[in-house]
Amino acid sequence: MKLIFERGKEGQCCTLMPACDVPQVSLPVPKREKKLRLPHVSENELSRHYTELGKQVHGVNDGFYPLGSCTMKYNPKVNEKAASLTGFTNIHPLQPEHTVQGCLNVLKQTQDMLCEITGMDAMTLQPAAGAHGEFTGLLLIKAYHDSRKDTKRTKIIVPDSAHGTNPASATMVGYEIVNIPSASDGCVDIEKLREAVGEDTAGLMLTNPNTVGIFDKNILEITSIVHEAGGLAYYDGANLNAVMGVVRPGDMGFDVIHLNLHKTFSTPHGGGGPGSGPVGCKEFLAEFLPGLQPVEKECGLGLTAPEHTVGSVKAFNGNFLVVVKAMTYILMLGREGIPAAAKNAVLNANYMMNRLKDIYPMAYDTTCMHEFVMCLEKMKHDIDVSAMDVAKALLDYGIHPPTMYFPLIVHEALMIEPTETESRETLDEAIAVFRKIYEDAQQDPQSLHDAPLHTPIRRPDEVRAARKPILRYTFES
Amino acid sequence: MGSFLPNSEQEQLQMLKEIGFNSFEELFGHIPQQVLLKSLNLAEGMSELQAIDYMEELAEKNVKFRHIFRGAGAYNHYIPAIVGSVTGKEQFVTAYTPYQAEISQGILQSIFEYQTMICELTGMDASNASVYDGATAAAEAVAMSVERKRNTAYVSGTSNPEVIKVIKTYCYGNGIDLVIVPEKDGLTDKDALKAALSADSACFYVQQPNFYGNIEDCDELGEIAHAAGAKFIMGCNPISLAVLKTPAECGADIAVGEGQPLGMGLAFGGPYLGFMTASDKMVRKLPGRIVGETVDRDGKRAYVLTLQAREQHIRREKASSNICSNQALCALTAGVYLAAMGAQGLTQAAELCISKAHYLQDVLAQAGLKPKYDHPFFHEFVTVSDVDSGVILEALEKNGILGGYPLNEKEILWCATEKNTKAEMDQAAAIVKEVCGK
Repeated sequence: MKLIFERGKEGQCCTLMPACDVPQVSLPVPKREKKLRLPHVSENELSRHYTELGKQVHGVNDGFYPLGSCTMKYNPKVNEKAASLTGFTNIHPLQPEHTVQGCLNVLKQTQDMLCEITGMDAMTLQPAAGAHGEFTGLLLIKAYHDSRKDTKRTKIIVPDSAHGTNPASATMVGYEIVNIPSASDGCVDIEKLREAVGEDTAGLMLTNPNTVGIFDKNILEITSIVHEAGGLAYYDGANLNAVMGVVRPGDMGFDVIHLNLHKTFSTPHGGGGPGSGPVGCKEFLAEFLPGLQPVEKECGLGLTAPEHTVGSVKAFNGNFLVVVKAMTYILMLGREGIPAAAKNAVLNANYMMNRLKDIYPMAYDTTCMHEFVMCLEKMKHDIDVSAMDVAKALLDYGIHPPTMYFPLIVHEALMIEPTETESRETLDEAIAVFRKIYEDAQQDPQSLHDAPLHTPIRRPDEVRAARKPILRYTFES
Repeated sequence: MGSFLPNSEQEQLQMLKEIGFNSFEELFGHIPQQVLLKSLNLAEGMSELQAIDYMEELAEKNVKFRHIFRGAGAYNHYIPAIVGSVTGKEQFVTAYTPYQAEISQGILQSIFEYQTMICELTGMDASNASVYDGATAAAEAVAMSVERKRNTAYVSGTSNPEVIKVIKTYCYGNGIDLVIVPEKDGLTDKDALKAALSADSACFYVQQPNFYGNIEDCDELGEIAHAAGAKFIMGCNPISLAVLKTPAECGADIAVGEGQPLGMGLAFGGPYLGFMTASDKMVRKLPGRIVGETVDRDGKRAYVLTLQAREQHIRREKASSNICSNQALCALTAGVYLAAMGAQGLTQAAELCISKAHYLQDVLAQAGLKPKYDHPFFHEFVTVSDVDSGVILEALEKNGILGGYPLNEKEILWCATEKNTKAEMDQAAAIVKEVCGK
């Protein structure tokens, strides 16, 4: 497939700009010396280029996408319709308040609905992604302890099963990480937690269900232990799809949370963003929230900075159009639809797990929540077929592989999250594929090492990419 | 109620039974009673028809201005029709991060093309796949420049206040000391900068053009920064880079900026696009995803996410940043925009911005709003008047015009782009003249 720079030729272009209707001005400043080289293609060629690129992408719209911890549920088209309303897309972020009552309503209503779903008292929609939300939530924790002059709290506790963004975010807020090993059942080891907490504990970061898809029954005790030590409890909302409308982080003892609108709330992933990572908190932390809060004023809604705000984590009001999509989704699902989605997410995961556990070892032999983890360690040992090999074999069947090698506490892990928007038939087909691949692995392990065979490229040489980085196209001079 | 559950209630029950449960209550039976919610205090779900109706009503509560003269970090440029047609393709919209390269070549290649184009614009050696916006890009660039004995960041006071706020917040988190270098007559105070920088200075950040629209002397500012051993970071307007001396040519170590002008709508502030580029020496400190070129097993050219050892999923607490999801679809948007505009089109757009803004400044001056500064500017400038900004802007608003951004009661920051016609600007000036004349 050609790069866009390898298409067209000098002189070809689109005709987009009008002639200048005012006197032309040249600036008396240093101009760029190096010639600007961008593609030179006609619009026809440009359009075909991207159509061809589109044929080499596999999205949720193309097929089953059971990527654990990512919640690749169906992206409703009505969300796109709402987010493309010109009454939203053409609004300048610095318009006077009385001209943006619709936008402020979107912010306020979405915040209120998300607070209800999560059991929080206040929310900000400014963070642009989950990791950004984690960073924000940790800033709230820091601001809280700082406000009480409790400066000896320098540590954040994180289970070893945590997503990499958790410790990375904590580092960005100057915290030291204390990793606690998980118990043999994949959950928080209560004794190790007790040992780890102390006067230097700023907080604990946790997700529930956890990253192996299990609901930690001791959650109330866990958050209690942290609170007794004077720390705060942070909830990583990446797995909310398992429990939304059924259990609320605010009722599990969490003080601050983040959400991933591009996971739980159906906004599309876009190939890696834009997402949105709202942060919710209990009342006592609300004064530290970043950005501006939509509040009732005499003549409608207005924006106000919280009294002791940590500042801003992004310019303006967050990924507003993403919030519009999530709001549309929440309005459609409503009171009954939200828990129904979670329940079916859990049902679909358990259904798949039950149909695979006779041949694929499950990391934990218990009822799972919205996702489950298979451990291919024995397969690797016995017949040299790894999680990677199974994942690559799936590609030839048009199924996006599950998450590989995460969480780190399971060796040769494959994490499967079907989500609630898949039919029984799709699940049965996927199960059949997984079973076939297992058979193939037993009969002919080499065939899996050769996979994939039918994709646009075969396995890429990642070592070479890192050793001799080529990060841009080089024009012939 | 809208539902995206394909299985009917009977099917759900059937599936439950097959795996040994009689009800959903049993399936959730292992969850402690105390945390189970009785019901959500939310309205009943709406049908799709009702939901879109509801959102349309909200959208109509906003005032859409046909004539926009406000910038201040978010710019009203023409978005070619092809941009929406490409970025609306469902494969691009609904795909996940391209970790499985074999079925993501479309996305990976489009990011590689984007990285190339951003490098061309800035002149720098390498680009990442994007961060959230220009403000967070600036904050991340500051973090990149810190070394063991250099932990103080210097940021010009002529930067966008939103950007300064975000840098401040990030520095509150990561413990970098922040010093704002004062502004003097609408430009960075060079003498103050010289006096402030020292052996503990990690970097100096300046916006080009700056918040007031003025074009800074980046050659000299870069020299001053380097003389003190500090990294030179520029936050650039991407359209202006078609014409102005590039950050690479000014000696920048890191060049970042807000990519929103490259095909993204105003959208009440987001999603936008943070671009980040660096010199070869600093590439491995860049946060976020980066796409690289390689070959596959058959020797075919292929694209992959690379240099992942910088990132959170590998390095965890030692990662250079926590960023995971970024603004991929917006990077695609910028790539399509730049490909559609081409060098010729982008240069035209930049020249139109310059000419239009200078015309606007002239007609506004004649109408009674004097320019505050006498410096070269790109497409934004500040005016001063005796008449209250609020009064001027209200008069414009009544005529469907979003005037410049009020800096205070007497000063307004105006912006003109290729979208503003002579007739529009004449009309705005006429209204202003009437108000100022009173």
